Amino acid sequence: MIELQGLTKRYGDKTAVDDLTFTVRPGVVTGFLGPNGAGKSTTMRMMLDLDNPTSGSIRIDGKHYRELHEPLKHIGALLEAKAIHGGRTAYNHLLCLAQSNRIPARRVDEVLEIVGLAPVAKKRSKGFSLGMGQRLGIAAALLGDPEILMFDEPVNGLDPEGIHWIRNLMKGLAAQGRTIFVSSHLMSEMALTAEHLIVIGRGKLMADTTMADFIAENSRSYVRVRTPEPEKFKDALAAASIIAVIDDEGAFEIEGAESAKIGELAARNQLVLHELSPQQASLEQAFMQLTAESVEYHAGGPAAEAGEAAAPAPQWGAAWNTHTGKEA
Amino acid sequence: MTAPVHMPAPQFSSTVPVERTHLGHALRSEWTKIRTVRSTIWTLGVMLVLILGINLLIVGLSSSDIVSDPVLGFGLFGVLLGQLCVMTLGVLVISSEYGTGMIRTTLTACPQRGRVLAAKAIVFFALTFTVTTVACALTALMNYATFGGKPVGEGSFLGPRLVVENGLTTASGTQWLGATVGVGLYVALLGLLSLAVGALLRHSAGAITTMMGVVLLPLIIAIFMQSDSLHKVQEKLIEYSSPNAIASLYQMPMLENGDADGVRQLVVLAIITAVALGAACATLSKRDV
Repeated sequence: MIELQGLTKRYGDKTAVDDLTFTVRPGVVTGFLGPNGAGKSTTMRMMLDLDNPTSGSIRIDGKHYRELHEPLKHIGALLEAKAIHGGRTAYNHLLCLAQSNRIPARRVDEVLEIVGLAPVAKKRSKGFSLGMGQRLGIAAALLGDPEILMFDEPVNGLDPEGIHWIRNLMKGLAAQGRTIFVSSHLMSEMALTAEHLIVIGRGKLMADTTMADFIAENSRSYVRVRTPEPEKFKDALAAASIIAVIDDEGAFEIEGAESAKIGELAARNQLVLHELSPQQASLEQAFMQLTAESVEYHAGGPAAEAGEAAAPAPQWGAAWNTHTGKEA
Repeated sequence: MTAPVHMPAPQFSSTVPVERTHLGHALRSEWTKIRTVRSTIWTLGVMLVLILGINLLIVGLSSSDIVSDPVLGFGLFGVLLGQLCVMTLGVLVISSEYGTGMIRTTLTACPQRGRVLAAKAIVFFALTFTVTTVACALTALMNYATFGGKPVGEGSFLGPRLVVENGLTTASGTQWLGATVGVGLYVALLGLLSLAVGALLRHSAGAITTMMGVVLLPLIIAIFMQSDSLHKVQEKLIEYSSPNAIASLYQMPMLENGDADGVRQLVVLAIITAVALGAACATLSKRDV
């Protein structure tokens, strides 16, 4: 169990983490989601007592990190790939960590086996690929067989095989009843692995909800209709008391009705349809809208326009936020 | 996209028992670290080659019939260069962790930062003190075998600190102590000061350059202090400069009227090192890494 209370970190007059309060519950995979620069890594570094918070506190199983006697046996962390002295072999890197926490040397061989680095155990980590460096970092996190595991952007820069491996590893670790806290800027990645979701943007907490609730709330399905006779179609819809929204391109978005029913309705009224398609909003879109205002550095050009297009999003996000707040 | 199935989590229990760690564990960890990187082997290897090699060269080239300086004194020249290797290693022990990001892994494993610094300092000091003292003892034996036991004639020129016993050149107990343990202690302390500077600056090149300055600048500045009013300052600068401190331990001080045994310089360096380590410990405990 990790508890954050009013955690704040300022660098000069720039606030990186702003009054964060949440709890990472045991036995669950908690996804920590936010755009680049939202303060995820800073928060994780503060959890490990590497950075000092400006104010607020963090308790791990009720204790401050510095009060843990053998921290590697409580919490294992993968912060950045290759926080490693490249001149040391994989085995020796893990050995010196094990010794500082009274972990027997045979455990080093075990974790090397688990992450599949046993064949290169005696090689200097300087020559390791990004994926191998990531695996070595995970081996270090697993060294003390800790109850809590923390991964900062574990799939970043990995090939599909590596991503698959990390996903399965996290699922396996969670199935053993461990607490897993994993950060990402990819909603799609979180949807596959996390049960609980914490979303931050510009250092502020934006959502703290279960993944199931988030999906139920945001996987909005609707039917999209385009017709050359919008006025007649509108009347037909009104007659059938179906509510529709017209989007920027003049297409109808109809929620809560099946496409078959809409098609039959159009046929009865002898209307020409150019499009009749069931649609599903992606979670990625929902996440982007939720954090649209808080993204720190917008890209120029078309992407910036897209940002403007999502301008009404904050209202939408806020509405959603209060909604889940009621549910929670 | 499928939602993960929510199932009751089994209670996790770790297989390894948790106990209180202490400095001993940090020492073992740091010993593993220092012996498993190439920079340790290289810097200490080069130091041994310099100290022993230069001495061999001197012994080979000099005519051993005329002895005027202390018998063990020629060890000085190798040590003057060899100390640079120890300083480099001292800086690297800590700054390489900052350079590679290893420091974050280290402090996650051992969040008691003072303990990490203490363990690094102890392991480094013990290692370099041992290696330097052994190298110096070997050169001292080499020099004693070459320059000791030579008959001193009536007309020969004698340096003020050459010990003569029964008409034969020899070395006093103080000279033996200074040329072995004394020099080992001084060089290891310089290395420890480098470690502290490395911890303060967190940057290898910057810290090594700073230490070069500490070792060389006092002497260079003294050369330019030619006016009479600065004479006292000039003498002090020379007296406490690192090359003169080591020379004094060999009883070959640059200033003829200076104290010869180098103990005062050793104490001064120990105090400076302790202060620097204290400052390093204080900043390491406060800083974000």
